[in-house]
Amino acid sequence: MNKVKISAKNIDVFYGDKQALFDVSMDMYEKEVTALIGPSGCGKSTFLRCINRMNDVIDICSVKGNVSIDGHDIYDKSIRVESLRENVGMVFQKPNPFPKSIYENIAYGPRIHGMANSKTDIDEIVANSLQKAALFDEVKDRLHQPGTGLSGGQQQRLCIARAISVNPEIILMDEPCSALDPIATAKIEELMNELKKEFTIIIVTHSMQQAARVSTNTGFFHLGKLIEVDSTDTIFSNPGNQKTQDYITGRFG
Amino acid sequence: MFDASANLKKRLKSERRFQIFCITAISFALIFVLILFLNIFSSGYSAFYKTTIAIDVDYSQVIEDTTQFAAMSDDEINKLDLFRFSKKSIYSLFPDIEDRKEKKLLIRIFSIEYEDEIKQFLIKNKENIKKIETVYLTASDDVDQVRKGNYPRDLPEERRRIKDIQLEYYDILENNGRVKYVFNIPFLTRGDSREPELAGVGGSIVGSFLTIITVLILSFPIGILAAVYLQEFAKSNRFTDFIEININNLAAVPSIVFGLLGLGIILNVFGLPRSTPLVGGIVLSLMTLPTIIIATRASLRAVPPSIREGALAVGATKMQAVMHHVVPLAMPGALTGTIIGLAQALGETAPLLLIGMVAFVVDVPSSPLDASASLPVQVYLWAESAERGYVEKTSATIMLLLGFLILLNLTAVLIRRKFETKW
Repeated sequence: MNKVKISAKNIDVFYGDKQALFDVSMDMYEKEVTALIGPSGCGKSTFLRCINRMNDVIDICSVKGNVSIDGHDIYDKSIRVESLRENVGMVFQKPNPFPKSIYENIAYGPRIHGMANSKTDIDEIVANSLQKAALFDEVKDRLHQPGTGLSGGQQQRLCIARAISVNPEIILMDEPCSALDPIATAKIEELMNELKKEFTIIIVTHSMQQAARVSTNTGFFHLGKLIEVDSTDTIFSNPGNQKTQDYITGRFG
Repeated sequence: MFDASANLKKRLKSERRFQIFCITAISFALIFVLILFLNIFSSGYSAFYKTTIAIDVDYSQVIEDTTQFAAMSDDEINKLDLFRFSKKSIYSLFPDIEDRKEKKLLIRIFSIEYEDEIKQFLIKNKENIKKIETVYLTASDDVDQVRKGNYPRDLPEERRRIKDIQLEYYDILENNGRVKYVFNIPFLTRGDSREPELAGVGGSIVGSFLTIITVLILSFPIGILAAVYLQEFAKSNRFTDFIEININNLAAVPSIVFGLLGLGIILNVFGLPRSTPLVGGIVLSLMTLPTIIIATRASLRAVPPSIREGALAVGATKMQAVMHHVVPLAMPGALTGTIIGLAQALGETAPLLLIGMVAFVVDVPSSPLDASASLPVQVYLWAESAERGYVEKTSATIMLLLGFLILLNLTAVLIRRKFETKW
């Protein structure tokens, strides 16, 4: 087993008065895919957004507890959320490329972080990121056309390339395939298998088959609580908790 | 089976009735607009033309050798006293007139600036002045209106401004082919005047333009920044709610109140020069600001949150996410709002009356600190003047104002169409 990359301890999340997560503690391992499953509204996306502090954007949201990456507490006052997000990329449920060219979509991150000094550097990062996202061959002749003109699956891979462009160590994926057709979904899953050699991936998914196909470890959330976390094989063949058993066999959810 | 039931027939009938109501309403609106436009156009188009009368000017009576004019500077020519000479040139149209009174009446069929017009002709053509030149002089307003058919000839003489003998002179001149009806360029370039035939809208066009530019410079940056801050950065609390309510209220404040504010604060406390486009622009900015802020906020709100999240997720600061992604996407909406606000400001009269832009200004302003009129105020000023010539000029000014407004609104529509983002 790889070393622990992300460690969450006793996470409580509140939206105003409403508590969305109850005392969640979970470890996620380096260069593996960890899947978070559970019925709608169970808090798995909320938990995911704690890892790159995207919850900070929401005024009424407050997070208690401790999340550390490589042993550094990311909620510490000395941590700048911008550099955290540089290291923890995110791909959203609905593809959200900027309404700019494919090239600009990817060049944006490296530019604002000052990662490239010349146009050739940026060209290289763009080509590299697109290659890693398995999109380069499809778009290499139209890099300067709008990213919003691509198909849904291509847009999502463009968003993955955008996340990769700033060299993160972790990529968070929030139901990345829920808006895609099965073929595009298969492509993204294939891509995840490639990417996990280089990145730590946390994926929230509704599809249990997808979790079973791509992940090494799986956590099952229900009503804001982490019910069970174990290796994916165990969760799907021999879960320790009755609720997990009920969920994966389709009794509810 | 598929026959219409009684119930369906009733529903269809009510639908037809509804459509008839709608079409009637639209037709009414269109008819009124049409009547308005026809009325303004029919009484206003003639202001773009003026009557001129040719006289023969013997410039050799000023200087024997007319080639010497070429050596004179414009200033020197302007300083020449050509008053008697000009009068004599006009008398030469009817050399038989001896009576002084009749001579005076003859002079009066021309605009009072005949001496200047004779000089300007000289300046313009000084390189090759012939001994005797034909110069077209602007006719007086009375003659102009007779030519345009606005002046009933069959009224008894004592109820007319133009005398029988003047009409006689005019008819003779017309029969001799000395009357020419030309495009009235000075109407578009000159300032106001007490003589209707010499009055122009140039001063008010420039005044309105300077005012609008002032409004744009002041309200666009302030409006955009305020909207961006309120929409994207400000935490929602009682204070920001209070500001938001007040901005919405500001948009509904009667414009004359802003005029009072301008008079009380900008003129009396800050002591800025009255009647100027600068002050007009400041006052109108107060009116335009809420329009810009509300429109910009609406278009910022329309940018999907996923764009902000996308930028934040690659590590952009909040300001970068807003400035690089959200604001550019909201810009078309903000620009449209700005242009509509400017169009409102362009047509606004009441606040300008209070800050003194209603003054009679002859000179065309050359900076926002010069006293000036503006188009809507010019309409107001001329609408209450008695002379027939101002009636057509009022309508012509309205035509110009409407033209500029249509142009502005068209620009807004085009911008919206061109830059509309499709998600």
